[in-house]
Amino acid sequence: MKSLFFLVILCLMLHTSNCYAQPSTSLDLLNNTKDYDGKSVTYKGEAIGDVMIRGDYAWLHVNDGTIAIGIWAPKRMIQDIRYTGSYHKKGDMVEVSGTFHRSCLEHGGDLDIHASEITKISPGSIVVQPVDRRKIYLGIYSLILVLLFYALKKLFQLR
Amino acid sequence: MILKPQVKDIKNIGYYLGRIILGIGLTMFLPFITGLVLFREPDPALDFLISANIAIFIGLALSWLCKTNKELNTGQAMVVIALSWLAAMALSAIPLLLSGHYKSFLDACFETMSGFTTTGLTLVQDLDHLSQSHNLWRHLGPFLGGQGIAIIAISFLVKGTGGMFNLYLGEGRDEKLVPNVINTARFIWAISIVYLILGTIVLGLIGISIGLKPQSAFFHGACIFMAGFDTAGFSPQSINILYYHSLTYEIVIIFFMVIGSFNFNLHYQIWKGNFKEIWNNIETRTFLFVIMIVTLITMVGLRQLGVYSDGVILFRKGFFQIISGQTTTGYMTIYAQQFLKEWGDLALIGIILSMALGGCACSTAGGIKMLRAGIIYKAFRQDIKRMMLSPSTVVAQKFHHIKTMFIEDAQVRAILIVTLGYFFLYALGTLVGVWLGYPFLEALFESTSAAGNVGLSCGITDTSMPAILKVAYIVEMWAGRLELMSVFALFGFFAAFVKGK
Repeated sequence: MKSLFFLVILCLMLHTSNCYAQPSTSLDLLNNTKDYDGKSVTYKGEAIGDVMIRGDYAWLHVNDGTIAIGIWAPKRMIQDIRYTGSYHKKGDMVEVSGTFHRSCLEHGGDLDIHASEITKISPGSIVVQPVDRRKIYLGIYSLILVLLFYALKKLFQLR
Repeated sequence: MILKPQVKDIKNIGYYLGRIILGIGLTMFLPFITGLVLFREPDPALDFLISANIAIFIGLALSWLCKTNKELNTGQAMVVIALSWLAAMALSAIPLLLSGHYKSFLDACFETMSGFTTTGLTLVQDLDHLSQSHNLWRHLGPFLGGQGIAIIAISFLVKGTGGMFNLYLGEGRDEKLVPNVINTARFIWAISIVYLILGTIVLGLIGISIGLKPQSAFFHGACIFMAGFDTAGFSPQSINILYYHSLTYEIVIIFFMVIGSFNFNLHYQIWKGNFKEIWNNIETRTFLFVIMIVTLITMVGLRQLGVYSDGVILFRKGFFQIISGQTTTGYMTIYAQQFLKEWGDLALIGIILSMALGGCACSTAGGIKMLRAGIIYKAFRQDIKRMMLSPSTVVAQKFHHIKTMFIEDAQVRAILIVTLGYFFLYALGTLVGVWLGYPFLEALFESTSAAGNVGLSCGITDTSMPAILKVAYIVEMWAGRLELMSVFALFGFFAAFVKGK
């Protein structure tokens, strides 16, 4: 009977830890801020923008495709992050485990996640943005057209 | 009898419209050059070259075909202004559409109308990966539109003065800072550019101190200043001002939002050393009074629901959103979802009230305006006095705005008509929102934000919202920015075509 009781408790614990391990989406977190407040969450997405170093800690922003959430992490945790997303770069994909704050007392009421672990899932890269040849032609032809039109206008005005 | 517009009227309108379109086209060379040289983004830069050429071609063609030496009368000027804002929206949307970050041309038009009218509601997709050139253009829109599209034309592109003053009036401004309207327009540019340089430096330096890389810090500084001082509320990152996690940054932004929402005439007085005007002016007094009232309502609402457990945080979050609403900027340090899910009805009503009343007249701010609110209050007080005193008593009510003046009934009537127009606009968007199935308070919040040119969102503004609502908000932003009169004039012009003789 005793072992059965412990087995049930173990199953429940595993079930609970699985819930936390399931990555939450930004919309899920933002729509249920009160439910997640102070709880451990796992959040996955692309590191974007600037990594802002503040003493021994840093702000990192992770966007899961909908919107970004600020991650407060010790500096050592973000040392692996090489690329953050912008026009020229695809940011590293990371999984963040940490505590979700609806209104963080430490950070002036900002909604954030205090990271306890950050794992790089896949590395980002420099994105080579090709120049659309059609745009080059269209740009040059339209410029010539405007210059010709302007010259024609001036010519008529002189007459 | 309504007179049908003649060819000479259309030519007059076409000529000045062409000059303004030409001005819009020329401004596109700024993101083209910076994109090519500074940001090294050749593909986005080409979007601006193409769009600039289209705009310049249309502008040149219109001003050539409709060449005239006649000055604009008031009605024509208002039609020119109403049309030029629509033209600016459509032409400026081309580079945004070419960026691939907008789902449709309507979404791109929504963005540019939101930018030019200094609203700040956005439909951009994946903003965090948008090129710097396109981001610069998004922020340049409020800077040009905030000062006034006609101001560009008046300052640099057209000659004559009588017609110019009518153009100036058409954008909802009726105060000349100096006797000459061209010099007034140039002063508005001068003051804005000086503030732009100072603002970019200050925000750039703070940006570096909070961990942004220098180039990024100054780029963010310039963008945030343009959208803050011009009360638009756009930001280069998807989470708006929350991105910076800095009290200092927030305080400086509050300062820029407030001075941006002040009357240019007040700025002129301060530049002349007349600091007393700040306190004596009816607008600044009304502004302070309204801020106190809406702060009280919002704080009580937030406190009642225990949204923020800490008093300092309550004030920081609450006050930033209030100032953002009151100055009609729309910057946010909370997520849109938090407005709905956490703030509660009372706090939302406080914010709606601040958005509806708006900033000062002859500024970059939207809403009913503090000058009107102040005069309505004084007129109301005057009427109460009239009722209480004997009928033979003459009750005069004064107010101070640059100089001390007496309130006149005709002036109050004109103010009340515009105020009613704003209420009509707020109601129109709310009605469309409710009709489409949105809850009343959310629909009212978003509609007031659009028509008051604010930009705060409780989450309705999204690419997935119905096209009819996007169109309704575009009309609200346009009519709200032009203070309705130019829009009425345009409708009147079309009506004259049909019914005129």
